[in-house]
Amino acid sequence: MAYLQKSPWLIHYDASSCNGCDIEILACLTPMYDVERFGIINTGNPKHADIFVVTGSVNERNKYVIKNIYDQMPDPKVVVAVGVCATSGGVFRECYNVSGGVDMIIPVDVYVPGCAARPESIIDGIVKALGILEEKRTAAVMGVTREQPAPAAPAEKPAGGA
Amino acid sequence: MISLVYAVIFILLAPVIGGLLSGIDRKVTAHMQGRVGPSIFQPFYDVGKLFEKDPAEVNGTQRFYVISYFVFAVFTGALFFAGGDLLLVVFALTLAEVFLVLGAYAAYSPYSHVGAERELLQVMAYEPIMILSAVGIYMVTGSFAVSDILAYPMLLVILLPGLFLGFLYALTIKLRKSPFDISTSHHAHQEIVKGVTTEFSGPNLGFIEVTHWYELVFLLGFTYLFFAANWIVGIIAVIIVFLLELFIDNTNARVKWQLAVKSTWAITLLVAIVNLAVLACVVVV
Repeated sequence: MAYLQKSPWLIHYDASSCNGCDIEILACLTPMYDVERFGIINTGNPKHADIFVVTGSVNERNKYVIKNIYDQMPDPKVVVAVGVCATSGGVFRECYNVSGGVDMIIPVDVYVPGCAARPESIIDGIVKALGILEEKRTAAVMGVTREQPAPAAPAEKPAGGA
Repeated sequence: MISLVYAVIFILLAPVIGGLLSGIDRKVTAHMQGRVGPSIFQPFYDVGKLFEKDPAEVNGTQRFYVISYFVFAVFTGALFFAGGDLLLVVFALTLAEVFLVLGAYAAYSPYSHVGAERELLQVMAYEPIMILSAVGIYMVTGSFAVSDILAYPMLLVILLPGLFLGFLYALTIKLRKSPFDISTSHHAHQEIVKGVTTEFSGPNLGFIEVTHWYELVFLLGFTYLFFAANWIVGIIAVIIVFLLELFIDNTNARVKWQLAVKSTWAITLLVAIVNLAVLACVVVV
């Protein structure tokens, strides 16, 4: 049974975003868009979450945090990069402290473009992610090992603090 | 007289009724906040989803505590609906709660520990009124057996109004509703982390959810006990109490744990002791 698609709980992480996309994500929870009618809950706890929503470009300091949150989520899970900064680094791509988009650290399943991404396109992206989530679950049940793209940068926190 | 049939009916039907009530809870809450809200079957989807997830555990003992919590909560309700001893019911409920706290303490996580400590404070806050309710009911009916209490010909709430009010106050804590959802809360309330359930994921969390449904049905059954002489009045009263809890949940902000414990003790003990004292005088006269 496909309960996963009917009850996606998400965790939202702000990786050096300007807060524009974060405001739009929170707008999805308001009575105007009310994503809870699809069973979507913003949990704030990676161990309860199915969808990892990241906003903003990843910098050298928080890539360990992103990797850590991702590793704490139980399978099956999907990652949605919201906003152009999360998809590629955006205008901050060339900054000395920016690693790039979220896909430099963890495998991303859905990219939602926009600056800032509109609530409609965020909801559209989450719905696309639900399809991928279900695919991952069936693959896991059938025993097929899905090909995971290797993260570009090894995210190991250096000893002695960064 | 213990009736196994009712215990079996409770074990089979309570998750269905409890889950539907939780769904109605979310729907009504959403409407109160001006939202559409999820389907009333959403709690079943949630639990189905949780059992589909990877069984990730922080250590080997966590599952044992979760299962014990589940078993003792089911035992509490089954004993209650079978017509068993009310004191034993109250103590079994505490034991179930203690296993949840131990499960939260089993993980090496500060959030989980804070949740466990707050859960203990909640147990400390509502426990006296639960026992005093059982005592008050005994003073009136002369029996701790639920089957005898059900057979008592008069509405207990008329003789025990103080205890009933105190029980309602504690019910808000037990149902994890605002203003007393200090250890963890339900549905669309945003949290930093999830309190006592922080370290549970997948099937473990599913078991905790199902246990909440059993507890919900048991607690509404306990409420019914105050109106047991007339079953129509009883069912209407239970529905009103349930909707009242939702109303309180949506119109109150969470309080600090100090206020939660102090106010619960002050108010419940005051009304309970006054009620019991009056009752004792009446019985003597």
